[in-house]
Amino acid sequence: MQKHFGSLHVLRDINLNIDRGEVVVVIGPSGGGKSTLCRAINRLETIDEGRILFDGRPLPEEGRALARLRSDVGMVFQSFNLFAHKTIMENVTLGPIKVRGVAREDAEKRALELLDRVGIASQAQKYPAQLSGGQQQRAAIARALAMNPKMILFDEPTSALDPEMVQEVLDVMIELAQEGMTMMVVTHEMGFARRAANRVVFMADGQIVEENTPDEFFTNARTDRAKDFLSKILTH
Amino acid sequence: MDAVIENLPAILDAFWLTIKLTAISAVISLILGIVLVAMRVSPLPVLRAVGTAYVNGVRNSPLTLIMLFSGLGLGTVMSLKFSDDLSVQDFWLAIIALSLYHASFVCEALRSGINTVPMGQAEAARAIGLTFMQNLRLIILPQALRAVIAPLGSILIALTKNTTVAAAIGVGETALLMKNLFELEGDSVIPIFIGFAIGFLILTLPTGLFFGWLAKRLAVVR
Repeated sequence: MQKHFGSLHVLRDINLNIDRGEVVVVIGPSGGGKSTLCRAINRLETIDEGRILFDGRPLPEEGRALARLRSDVGMVFQSFNLFAHKTIMENVTLGPIKVRGVAREDAEKRALELLDRVGIASQAQKYPAQLSGGQQQRAAIARALAMNPKMILFDEPTSALDPEMVQEVLDVMIELAQEGMTMMVVTHEMGFARRAANRVVFMADGQIVEENTPDEFFTNARTDRAKDFLSKILTH
Repeated sequence: MDAVIENLPAILDAFWLTIKLTAISAVISLILGIVLVAMRVSPLPVLRAVGTAYVNGVRNSPLTLIMLFSGLGLGTVMSLKFSDDLSVQDFWLAIIALSLYHASFVCEALRSGINTVPMGQAEAARAIGLTFMQNLRLIILPQALRAVIAPLGSILIALTKNTTVAAAIGVGETALLMKNLFELEGDSVIPIFIGFAIGFLILTLPTGLFFGWLAKRLAVVR
């Protein structure tokens, strides 16, 4: 597939296949198209050419069909994007109640289980601004999980976090990966890639430059572009 | 001051009518303003164009003109009938004019409120599968509304004072009564002026204070 932002060619000849249950980490220099690729999968960005199939079907263009697809594809953002005027509990139950038509009582019970799983059940009645960044991101993961998604997209989930909060979010993500969730993760966290990813996709200048296993990629990258990138981030 | 005290029952009646005009028009213009802003941010170009045309047309027309159009155009020429009682008929025609006019201001206040809601909020809502209308109703508008409580208070204050334009089509609110009193009590023009001005201050000052307090209380913490 192809995408342009004006004269900028942000996605060039992208051809990528993600299997059910697979965890794919997308890595690469900023401005390389990683986030755009991630956002294209639930059509927060549209593409100019080519097509995206999810579950064997092309992405719907708009309307209810698109809303239904998005409800099956969870998304976790760099800046959390929890609904600022709603409590954590309301954030997690909104989708199930309004999109899936789940009864409030059932939605809240399930939300508590999920919040407990990500370790913030005691924060359920607070507003997002009252939580730390790490807690907010874990709430955002719970919100995505509440929809029982077939896949979750993570768009730089730890980039906006203070260093000491990164691990608590990664722990939750590693656990998800081990349980077999299909995940696409845009991140610079090498540790996460090594521990949880099945495959590393290296992107630069809008192209997929290299696809490799995490071990191979970090120790013995095939392309010069990847080696160059790794040398810059691993030397300090 | 005697002229004011002697006519107090009539003055209170007139102010009561002012309050009714204000309250009913406020509710209708809020609802209409929300409909307009939904049109102005909708993904459908036709709706956006209609909303924009409405706001630009109505917001830039003098209220007196809209009031007279409502009274003469809708009431007399197009025979829009609310009641056989002339005072009730004129009352509702005035409400139509006030609501149509102030809805354009409510719409623009809300639209500036929508601009204060970060893009990520709408994206997160789309990402869990909310439709455009659900997104607007559950996520965007509640936050936009809280951001523009104070400007909405200003519009309500303006509306309160603008109800006096209803005198132009003969609605017996305060401005009309004041004009009549000037003719009856020619030597007491200044006290009557002051009396009515104080009456409006009693209505509008608390409105401003209340909305200021409400704006602080409902502010969305980010």
